[in-house]
Amino acid sequence: MIATAVAETTSVGEPLLNIGIFAGFVAITLIVVLRASRNNKTAADYYAAGRSFTGPQNGTAIAGDYLSAASFLGICGAIAVNGYDGFLYSIGFLVAWLVALLFVAELMRNTGKFTMADVLSFRLKQRPVRLAAATTTLAVCFFYLLAQMAGAGGLVSLLLGIDQAVGQSIVVAVVGALMILYVLVGGMKGTTWVQIIKAALLIAGAFIMTVWVLALYGFNLSSLLGAAADKGGEAVLSPGLQYGLTGLSRLDFVSLALALVLGTAGLPHVLMRFYTVPTAREARRSVVWAIWLIGIFYLFTLVLGYGAGALIGKDTILAAPGGVNSAAPLLAFELGGPVLLGLISAVAFATILAVVAGLTITAATSFAHDVYASVIKKGKAEPGTEVRVARITVVVIGIVAIVGGIGVQGQNVAFLVALAFAVAASANLPTILYSLYWKRFNTRGALWSMYGGLGSAVVLIVFSPVVSGAETSIFKDVDFSLYPLSNPGIISIPLGFLLGFVGTLTSRTLENPAVAAEMEVRSLTGYGAEEATKH
Amino acid sequence: MSNDAPGSATSDRVTDFERAQSSEPFQRLRKRHRSFVFPLGVAFLVWYFAYVLLADYAHEFMATPVIGNVNVGLLFGLGQFVTTFAITTWYVSFANRRLDPLADEIRSDLTATGHASRSER
Repeated sequence: MIATAVAETTSVGEPLLNIGIFAGFVAITLIVVLRASRNNKTAADYYAAGRSFTGPQNGTAIAGDYLSAASFLGICGAIAVNGYDGFLYSIGFLVAWLVALLFVAELMRNTGKFTMADVLSFRLKQRPVRLAAATTTLAVCFFYLLAQMAGAGGLVSLLLGIDQAVGQSIVVAVVGALMILYVLVGGMKGTTWVQIIKAALLIAGAFIMTVWVLALYGFNLSSLLGAAADKGGEAVLSPGLQYGLTGLSRLDFVSLALALVLGTAGLPHVLMRFYTVPTAREARRSVVWAIWLIGIFYLFTLVLGYGAGALIGKDTILAAPGGVNSAAPLLAFELGGPVLLGLISAVAFATILAVVAGLTITAATSFAHDVYASVIKKGKAEPGTEVRVARITVVVIGIVAIVGGIGVQGQNVAFLVALAFAVAASANLPTILYSLYWKRFNTRGALWSMYGGLGSAVVLIVFSPVVSGAETSIFKDVDFSLYPLSNPGIISIPLGFLLGFVGTLTSRTLENPAVAAEMEVRSLTGYGAEEATKH
Repeated sequence: MSNDAPGSATSDRVTDFERAQSSEPFQRLRKRHRSFVFPLGVAFLVWYFAYVLLADYAHEFMATPVIGNVNVGLLFGLGQFVTTFAITTWYVSFANRRLDPLADEIRSDLTATGHASRSER
């Protein structure tokens, strides 16, 4: 009974058409990746694309990396269903970029080589700090990766009409295998091109739909809002539907807002993109392009979300397979029939592929460059072995992502993205800011902050209602939830900053002032910064 | 050009960074950079959290209609976009005019003095 109902609703659009358009995307990007991979020789080529991208190209790739399926499908759906509260997410995701622009991007580009750990360990004790930074990098990438793979399965049931576990698992495996191929062959250059193409498609698709929706309402925002309010109730126009219910849910939103705005500048896969441009000035231009593209895209999602709420309605969206996430695809079908739905579906898959590829190359670089070459081989790895280790790591991570992605199908893993942002904000950002701006900062402060931020975020999640004790928990039948919120940020972020401060003040060891001077001079002037490779 | 040795802390021991750090132009650059980004950073974070707290705790105020169905909440939300774009543009023009020329000057001084003693790079 349920199966037939699902089959009927999924028969909107034509799965074959969706698959066909997606196959077209894969074919085009594969050709681009193969062409881009010809010059992948050195570590700088493989990890940082030879630092040869321009600011606008890198900015577009950053947008492609950042606008995950969660932000496209998730925010459209959240606005369609919960109205204004969905909009709040996109504002946090956007404003966060100012932290990256003003405080982090250029200085990181000037002092680092391939990874976040390069910068953090610059003037502190190399091995322990590098290992800690690699640990938080791998943790953030792992949480983010699992969330994306889980999303892939949900998309499959929605867009391709495959709702058996076996079918979904096969598609997750195909997505994972494609990703391994892209990253293995194309390295950072190939990954970047996939992200650029995907960002262009995503933004163009959202633009067309936005203009279409606005045209239906005479290009009058007030009429669109009125129509959404007629269908979904007056409450969709003002905040409170999702987070305003209880005192705890309001506090939970403050915690989320904190993690969103401070997390972005600590996301390792975002930071790594700054090394793909030749200079700090290009890194600045990248962020400017990223801010404009991401901001404009979120304005589109506002129109699309309210458009879906007005044209399709909350009840139909929630009843569709994929639930909230189906708002954007259903709107595409409503507007442009199966062809537009096919395009939007293909873009959604491309999104997952591009984001997963970016995460994988970041994690592999961090493992090979920070853990293998610096910590295990103590900086004496044979030339070339580091990149070989990175490629092997790509395959391992890809397999872990596929197995994990199949394992978490059907689980409620939305909290993983929030967790990734919370870890980035509480374990990475304090150490990044302290080491760039606080002369006295030392090794103990860095280690306390990184391990304390990571540990507290993870422990709080384990003892939160997302894991146990509530209707939507992973373990519904047992209750060991001690922490009442679903986002750890409000405690773990201040704790990360505090531990860095206290750790520094309680340690008597002074770091080498000459290296500290070198780091500061290099970070602000760009003297001695890694240059682009010439081929 | 690109060496595969890990760690970017390939400390070059020849350039006297401590002297460069205490030099007047560098101190000027440092002060200029910090006195721009720190106040602006505090300002946009205060504005963002003021907005978050209003959206979280002042629903009725945010629901006040302004023009047609457009209410205070929506205008404040769109205001966050406007300020983000404005701060971005402002910072870029500041950095291009006031930071880059000074940084370029210090860098070329360092390169000139550095190259005399470090020919291996």
